[in-house]
Amino acid sequence: MELYRSHVLICRGTGCTSSKSDDMEVKLNELIKEKELDKEVKVVRTGCFGLCEAGPIIVVYPEGAFYSHVKLEDIDEIVEEHLLKGRIVDRLLYKGEEEEKIKSVNEVTFYKKQKRVALKNCGVIDPEDINEYIAYDGYMALGKVLTEMEPKDVINVIKDSGLRGRGGGGFPSGLKWDFTSKAEGDQKYVLCNADEGDPGAFMDRSILEGDPHAVVEAMAIAGYAVGANQGYVYIRAEYPIAVERLQLAIDHAREKGLLGENIFGTDFNFDMEIRLGAGAFVCGEETALIASIEGERGMPRNKPPFPANSGLWQKPTLINNVETYANVNQIILNGADWFKDIGTEKSPGTKVFALGGKINNTGLVEIPMGTPLKEVIYEIGGGIPNGKKFKAVQTGGPSGGCIPADLIDTPITYDSLTEIGSMMGSGGMIVMDEETCMVDIARFFLDFTVEESCGKCPPCRIGTKRMLEILERITSGNGEAEDIDKLERLAENIKSSALCGLGQTAPNPVLSTLKYFRDEYEAHVNEKTCPAGTCKDLVSYSIDPEACKGCTLCAKACPVDAISGERKEAHVIDQDKCIKCGACEEKCPFGAIINK
Amino acid sequence: MEFKFDWEKNASKIEKLKEIIEEKKQKKGPLMPVLNQAQKLFGYLPIEVQRIISEGLNIPLAEIYGVATFYSQFSLIPKGKYTIGVCLGTACYVKGAQDIIDRIKDELDLEVGGTTKDRKFSLEATRCIGACGLAPVMTVNEDVYGKLNADEVPGIIKKY
Amino acid sequence: MKSLEELKKIREEARKKVDLREEKKGTRIVVGMATCGISAGARPVLMALLEEAKKRNLNDVTVNQTGCIGVCRLEPIVEVYRPGEEKVTYVDMTPEKAKKVIAEHIVNGKVVTEYTIGAYEE
Repeated sequence: MELYRSHVLICRGTGCTSSKSDDMEVKLNELIKEKELDKEVKVVRTGCFGLCEAGPIIVVYPEGAFYSHVKLEDIDEIVEEHLLKGRIVDRLLYKGEEEEKIKSVNEVTFYKKQKRVALKNCGVIDPEDINEYIAYDGYMALGKVLTEMEPKDVINVIKDSGLRGRGGGGFPSGLKWDFTSKAEGDQKYVLCNADEGDPGAFMDRSILEGDPHAVVEAMAIAGYAVGANQGYVYIRAEYPIAVERLQLAIDHAREKGLLGENIFGTDFNFDMEIRLGAGAFVCGEETALIASIEGERGMPRNKPPFPANSGLWQKPTLINNVETYANVNQIILNGADWFKDIGTEKSPGTKVFALGGKINNTGLVEIPMGTPLKEVIYEIGGGIPNGKKFKAVQTGGPSGGCIPADLIDTPITYDSLTEIGSMMGSGGMIVMDEETCMVDIARFFLDFTVEESCGKCPPCRIGTKRMLEILERITSGNGEAEDIDKLERLAENIKSSALCGLGQTAPNPVLSTLKYFRDEYEAHVNEKTCPAGTCKDLVSYSIDPEACKGCTLCAKACPVDAISGERKEAHVIDQDKCIKCGACEEKCPFGAIINK
Repeated sequence: MEFKFDWEKNASKIEKLKEIIEEKKQKKGPLMPVLNQAQKLFGYLPIEVQRIISEGLNIPLAEIYGVATFYSQFSLIPKGKYTIGVCLGTACYVKGAQDIIDRIKDELDLEVGGTTKDRKFSLEATRCIGACGLAPVMTVNEDVYGKLNADEVPGIIKKY
Repeated sequence: MKSLEELKKIREEARKKVDLREEKKGTRIVVGMATCGISAGARPVLMALLEEAKKRNLNDVTVNQTGCIGVCRLEPIVEVYRPGEEKVTYVDMTPEKAKKVIAEHIVNGKVVTEYTIGAYEE
C-alpha cells in the first residue's frame, strides 16, 4: 500500500459530474502523471459533498482546501500551484456569506451546523474502494453483530434507539424488524427501498453514490436480525451512477467474504441483488415496490397483511429505505443512547434534507432533528437570493405541504411537521419566495400525482384528476365561486378513502396551501388576479408612464414587438400582442413595468 | 406515427435477447429485469419483442403489455437518436423549466413523449434527476445542461 | 472474511491510507516545495521522508508540503513541528539526511543539530 502526501478529493456525485467533474478527474490524473506527482498525490473520487450550489467541488488534503465552482481550465492551476508548489489557489476557494475566503472544509458555515451520521462517509471516502470504507470502521458493525450479539439483541438496540423510517411515514424501524423476525416462515427477505421519487429529493441517491457499502452492511445486519438470507435493493433506473457503485460494492463485499456464506466464520449466510425500477413513482410505496420486483404492475396492495407477515412472494419481508439503513451501522457501533442524544425524544437522530428552490446554498444537508426550519433556511441555506422575501417552504414532496413564514420557527420533527399540515417525507425541502404562486404550486403537485397515480383505486385515479381540473380552472382565471369549497371537500374525501399512503397524502399540498394561503386562492377566483404574478392568464403587463424614461430596452427585449414608444418618452404595451413572457420586466432598469 | 419492426436488422439483438431471457429465467421475478434489458437493447419494446419475451418466460402477452405500458421508462415507440430530457422536479419547475420545454417543443415541432419524424430527437419531461443545484436542467442523452434559460435552447439543439 | 480480527487488520492497514484527511495532534514535517525548493532537490527529500515514515509506521506524523519558506539559498528546507516544542528548521537537505532526521529527531526526540539552520549559518 502506498502512502501519499496529498489526497485530492473530487466530487463525482451526479450534480458535480453533470458539470464535468468527470473530465476534470481525467485531467487531474493526466497532469499529476505528467508532473511525476503520481507517487505523492492521490486523486480520490467521492460521492456528493452536499453543497451542490458550489459545485464542482474539489478538496485537497492535508490542508483541507475547499475549492468550489471549479472549471476544467482551473485544473492546470490547481496542479501547478497547489500540488506542485504547495500554494493554495486563493481564487478558487469557496467564499462564505461575507465573501471571506474559506480555506478549510471545516470552516464552512454550511457544514458547521450539520451533524453527519447517515452522510458520515459521503465526500470523505472513495466509494469504489472497499478498503477506504473499512478504514472508517466499515463492516465493524456487521462483525460485532455476528460475533457478539444474538438477533434479538440487535432488534432491541434498534428499538431502543428510537430510529424511525426516513422514507416518509416515520414508522419505528425497530418494530418493523421485530414483526418480521417474529413472523412465521421458512424464507424471509430484506428489501431496501431506493426508489426515491419525490421531486427535489436526492439524499438516497447521494448515499448510494457516496457510501454504498453502508447500505450493504446494514442490510446484512438486518438479515441477521430478522432471519433472512437474501436481500434486494430496488433502485430507480434513473440513477445510473448509484446503480453502478452499489453493484461494485456488492461485488467487492462478496470477494471479501462480507456477503455470501459463513460470514465472519459464523453460520450466517446473506447475499443481495439489485432490481431496477422503470420510472413509476408509486413504486416507492412498499407494497407496490414488492409487486414490481415480482414482475407485476407496481400497484399497491391492501394492508394488512403487512409485508412483515406477507411481503415479497408472500414471505415475511423487512423493508426500509436507504437513509434508514445508513443509520443502522452507526447505531450498532455507538449504541442506542448515543443516537438518542441526537435530535429530540420522539424523533431521535438526524435527517438529511435536499435544499432547493429559491435559496442560496442548494444542496444536501444533514441536521439533528428538532432544528428549527429557520436555522436550516437562513443559516445553513444562506437565505433567499436577490433580496427577495421568504414566502413558504415545502417539505414532504407531493405528500407534504407548504409551511408559511410565520411558522418558520417550527422545529423539524416528524410530529411537528405533521401537526402543521405537512410531513417529513423523504426529505425534499423546497424554498419559495414572494414570486412563487401557491395555487400554481398546488397545481404542480397535483399534476404530478395525477400523472403518477397507478389507477387502482378510484379516489386517487378520479379524485385527483378532478382536483387538478379545478386548480387549472382557477389558475387560468376561470375559477368559480364554489370551487374552493369543492376542492376542500374533494381533498378530505380522497384523504380518507384512498388505498395507499400516496393517495391519502396526495391532497396535502392543496389542503396546506388552502389553510395558509387561502387569500391567494380567493384572489384568483374573485378578483381574477395572481398576487405572485406567476399565473400567465391572470397577469397583465403595463408600463408606469411616470417611471418610464424611454430607454427602449423593453421594446428591444420584447420577442413579439408588443411595446412601442418614442425614445425618451413613455412606452406602452399592446395588450393584444403581449404574450406575458416577462422579458420586459427583467430588462427594465427603472422598475417601470407593472405586473398584476 | 408508424415505426415498422425490421426482423433482419434486429436479428443479432434478438439472439442477445434470447440469451438474456435464458439467464434471467433462473431467478425469481425475471420480468422487470428482462424488460429493462430489452428496452436498453432495442431502444423500445415493440409488440414483436414483447411476444418473444412472453414465449421465453411463459408469461401471457397481455400481462407483459400491461407491465410495459405501466412504467414510464418503457416505450412502445422508438426513441430518437438523442433523447432530450427536461427535468420537471420541483426545484427546476420553480426556476422555470416549463419555459424550456415550451421552447424545445417550438423548435423541434415535437410533443412531450414524442419522437421527431427523422428519429433524431425524442422529448421527455423527466422527474427530478437530482441536479437541483443546477436548476433548471435539461439533458441530451448523457450530456447535462444546467442553469438554463430558454434562449439557450436553440444553440444546444444545434450541437446535435 | 473469517473473523473480526481479520477485518481489524485490514482496517489498520487501510487507516494509514486515509489518515491524511483527519486533523492530527502529532508531529508535522513540512518541506518547502516552491519552484526554488523543487529545483534544489526537495522532491527526493520529501519522498525519503514519506518512505521512512511509512517504514517505521509513524502514524502520528504528517509529511506536508508548503510554499517558499523564504531562504531559497538554503533549500531544500525541512521544518519539523513537534507538539510542545519549538519548530526546528533543517536546511540543505538530502534524502540521506532526511532519513537520519526521522530516525534521530522524530523517533528518538534528539534534534540533529548539525543539519539545522543555526549550524549552517555558523
